[in-house]
Amino acid sequence: MTDFPYLSVLTLAPLVGAGVVALLPRSRPELAKRVALGWSLGVLVLTGLTWWAYTETFRPGDDRLALRESYPWIPHWDVNFTFAIDGIGLVMLGLIAVLVPVVILASWNDADPSAADADRPAPKRSVPAFFALILALEFTIIGVFAAADIFLFYVFFEVMLVPMYFLIGSYGGVRRQYAAVKFFLYALFGGLFMLAAVVGVWALGEQTLDWQRVLTDVDFATGTQRWLFLGFFLAFAIKAPFFPFHTWLPDAGGAAPAGVAALLVGLLDKVATFGILRYALPLFPEAARWFAPVALALAVIGIIYAALLAVGQQDLKRLVAYSSIAHFGFIGVGIFAFTTQAGTGAVLYMVNHGLATGMLFLVVGMLVARRGSALISDFGGAGRMVPLLAGALLFAGMASLSLPGLAPFISEFLVLAGTFAVNRPVAVIATLGIILAAAYVLWMIQRTTHGELNPKLRTVSGMARDLNLREKLVVAPLILLLIVFGFYPKPLTDVINPAVEATLAEVGVDQPEAPAKLETEAAP
Amino acid sequence: MLDQIWLLVAIPAASAAVLLLAGRRADRWGHLLGCASVGAAFVLGLLMFIGLAGREPRSVGQTLWELISVGNLRIDVGLLLDPLSGVFVLLITGVGFLIHIYAVGYLKHSPPDQRHESEATARRRFFGYFNLFVAAMLVLVLADNYLLLYFGWEGVGLASYLLIAFWYGRNAAATAGKKAFLMNRVGDAGFVMGIFLLIATVGTVNFGEVFANVAGMTSTTVLVLGLLLLIGATGKSGQFPLHAWLPDAMEGPTPVSALIHAATMVTAGVYLIARSNPIFSASLPLQTVVVSVGAATLLLGAIIGCAKDDIKRVLAWSTVSQIGYMFLAVGLGGVAYALGIIHLLAHGFFKAGLFLGAGSVMHAMDDQVDIRRFGGLWRLMPITWVTFGLAWLAIIGLPPLSGFFSKDPIIAAAFDRPGWTGWLFGGAAALGAGLTALYMTRLFVLTFHGPKRWTEGQHPHESPPVMTVPLVLLAVGTVSAGALMTTALPVVDWLAPVVGDEELPAGALSHAQVTLLTMAVTAIGALTGWALFRNGTALAPQPAGALVTAARANLYTDALNETLFEKPGRWLTRALVFVDNRGVDGIVNGLAAAMGGTSSRLRRLQTGFVRSYAMSMLAGALLIVAAFVAVQQGWFTL
Repeated sequence: MTDFPYLSVLTLAPLVGAGVVALLPRSRPELAKRVALGWSLGVLVLTGLTWWAYTETFRPGDDRLALRESYPWIPHWDVNFTFAIDGIGLVMLGLIAVLVPVVILASWNDADPSAADADRPAPKRSVPAFFALILALEFTIIGVFAAADIFLFYVFFEVMLVPMYFLIGSYGGVRRQYAAVKFFLYALFGGLFMLAAVVGVWALGEQTLDWQRVLTDVDFATGTQRWLFLGFFLAFAIKAPFFPFHTWLPDAGGAAPAGVAALLVGLLDKVATFGILRYALPLFPEAARWFAPVALALAVIGIIYAALLAVGQQDLKRLVAYSSIAHFGFIGVGIFAFTTQAGTGAVLYMVNHGLATGMLFLVVGMLVARRGSALISDFGGAGRMVPLLAGALLFAGMASLSLPGLAPFISEFLVLAGTFAVNRPVAVIATLGIILAAAYVLWMIQRTTHGELNPKLRTVSGMARDLNLREKLVVAPLILLLIVFGFYPKPLTDVINPAVEATLAEVGVDQPEAPAKLETEAAP
Repeated sequence: MLDQIWLLVAIPAASAAVLLLAGRRADRWGHLLGCASVGAAFVLGLLMFIGLAGREPRSVGQTLWELISVGNLRIDVGLLLDPLSGVFVLLITGVGFLIHIYAVGYLKHSPPDQRHESEATARRRFFGYFNLFVAAMLVLVLADNYLLLYFGWEGVGLASYLLIAFWYGRNAAATAGKKAFLMNRVGDAGFVMGIFLLIATVGTVNFGEVFANVAGMTSTTVLVLGLLLLIGATGKSGQFPLHAWLPDAMEGPTPVSALIHAATMVTAGVYLIARSNPIFSASLPLQTVVVSVGAATLLLGAIIGCAKDDIKRVLAWSTVSQIGYMFLAVGLGGVAYALGIIHLLAHGFFKAGLFLGAGSVMHAMDDQVDIRRFGGLWRLMPITWVTFGLAWLAIIGLPPLSGFFSKDPIIAAAFDRPGWTGWLFGGAAALGAGLTALYMTRLFVLTFHGPKRWTEGQHPHESPPVMTVPLVLLAVGTVSAGALMTTALPVVDWLAPVVGDEELPAGALSHAQVTLLTMAVTAIGALTGWALFRNGTALAPQPAGALVTAARANLYTDALNETLFEKPGRWLTRALVFVDNRGVDGIVNGLAAAMGGTSSRLRRLQTGFVRSYAMSMLAGALLIVAAFVAVQQGWFTL
């Protein structure tokens, strides 16, 4: 069973689904929704099988990448369709597989012409097109994580922008054109630096773009690899986004439909941190060590800066977008601290953030759709009208501020504990970010669902409806996973940790970490 | 039995899950399940406690599963039942059970402004949160390592937030809940940094393993570690300088104030320090800091308590002050750790009784909380009057009630500190006893005696049995607990395996002299209170001297917080929002405009799009060529 070409099939499956859904007649929107949901659930099953195959074949001490497949593409340049995966990519595939069906279910009515209101102009494209675009997006994201050829990775990285551009630009809110173009141009701009670096890797290295071969056979001169590293890093820093390349995200996240925004911050942005771990660090190890202090500084500034901005936001979706930038700061700290705990924490953070912030975006979307406005001041005391929805918002908020017992806490704890062992100033400043996280989450909740009832809410018919069955089915799996991984993250960390340790070995840090138990007084 | 410690946590946790998930279906019987689960946990806890007494050593551990296992770091979900956690389990489930029963009656009717939610639903929600609190609190005290303790620590914080903001439709309640969570987070940030420091220095967070390594730590490490834990403890226990949230927490329903903000959760800081006694005992400067925090807070709370007119706020400041005594005790070290825990237990009884009594009064007076509007209630509410009176005598330390046996030794131990610090801290503790007598007597007299000062149309009545029976049981505990703990049941010996029982060196005053002094100060305070307020008081605040004015304004600590943190924080946030929109994003849009042609074209994106795209591609292509040339020619060496 393990000879089956899992990764290529898994990658192509949603593309086929996108084609099928796109061909469905516009007059049958319900059918398109059902097919898309069913298809994404099929991808979930396929991902489960891939997970199983990975654990069957991967043994500690093997090459880092398992389930390798390769098909020739441009033989002249030694560019191939090569797929392979490590633990880091695998958990991201798991996250994609879970989040996409949830988002499809959450976006059930978002593409309907009737979904338009004061906050949202009518969609420009059809219902089947919306769900086809989501599946097409899933195809490109899976491709990014499953690729093991640098050029293939680059292609997926850029193609990903296209479905997202249309999802924001055709189905978004009032500023959708501005936001979509800004997103597209910004990412494309970064991607061009990466393209330059990819060409550089090919030309200045061994004329190959196979990840494994570049890793083992190519050794760039110091100056060269620093430039190449910067090319990759800039693209990823924009994509993540890291401070100060973040301003596209609040616009995009604020204008996108809630489900699309959840995919944007929950999945798409993870491509960047994944790219740093898979490409920027191992391929240019000397440059990575050289650049780490700058990256740590940017990350830690991002934590505090974005959290303060989140406190000051007037718009729910923009608030969540800024909170997400702060969270990416934590991931950045974890990656560049270069310890096994911090690195594992960072990857776990990528998964947990997808669940928590994804849920927060979806729940906020449910509120905004009811109210017809994302302005915080248009709410107030909403809890008494929609108590269950308010409870879901509270839960997502608690996950977002990393309450112990919910999954994000474990990852934040690992990042900070692992960083503290080697870099106390960064860890201490980052820890202050957890206070600010409480501030923006709780103040948001106080102004939306708590407090005296805003009388205007009585006049909005949508606010009279609490969570319906479909919406309960959207939040239930996320709540369940956030609690389970909050108390038992081992199934994830056991998969992630070997890949992180391999990355650290490739970067050439001798794995500084917390001392073994029962040693006395370690180095400062 | 003793190998199933996890059941203590699982029973209330499962009940909370049922109550919160079952929805309206559980409205009719939810409160019964809520009470039954805590009652079951109490019975189980009692059986385990008895089982523990017969064992040597008196400690049972249970490792449930691996929470974190990454590299060298391994942290388990592990529980530890020992003498210290054992008494806490009994306090939490025992007093908790009584307060749960009381809440059945108290929550039967919602306040008039909160009737938008059906009363049965509100009560079910209340018991869901209440059970969640009990489960989290049990995790806190049963954890065998700092990380799991932190889980419970933040869990009770969540429950506290939910319950303070229980009437979430009120702005004051919503604000108070947020304030409590935020100030606790400040403390928690310190606490969690302490955990990081432990991992960085000894590689473990397990209590036993950490304590075995304290001797190997440098004195600086011990001091920093202790201070970080202390920051956490001050946040959770409402101690100076993180005390401001606790009085505001009185926005929650009264049973919440009794259980969470008096008897159990707010004493978690004391528990943390007592549990970490090998760390705190290893550093004299650290102990001095703890003692100073305790002494400052006990005076601060007592002074402010004298100036408040809201029955629950007086009790809240009293809690701040009494926990100050506990901090003082655990800071003194040696046998005083056990003294602090004994005061904690005694306080758990009498303060719960006081709060529930206050709730009974409010119940009778249509939710009136202003003590200037009470008076003469003793005839109409005899059970509340007697039980409240006993608790009043206990808290001011009248022998033979529990407060005497628990507070007096702490004051004596404070005087035992060598040199002038003994006079300073002992004097503060004795003065605090006098102030306690003053404000508690004022509260008692204004509420139950003197002329009636009710608002019109009020018909006070005694509360129903479901509320008075818990009051009576708590009063029995209040009367008997002190003597039992110090004489019949030697709690000091019981706790000795965990916190030690090393005698403190004797100080300048003998214990008999200290007792006499304390009694004298207490009598002065109580008689002054009686003399001043036996004829009632004015119905509006009167002009007063500087000290009273300051005390009414919480000694300006709130104003200080606002000036130092809140206002600069708001200003900074606003400034950053402006900078981000105009500055950072402005540069980005400016660059994009420069590349795409003119800024007006960027705004008309429909037409500008293709051109921008082409320009970007062109720029990218040029960049690639330039990069090749540059790197290969070695023009830019990094």
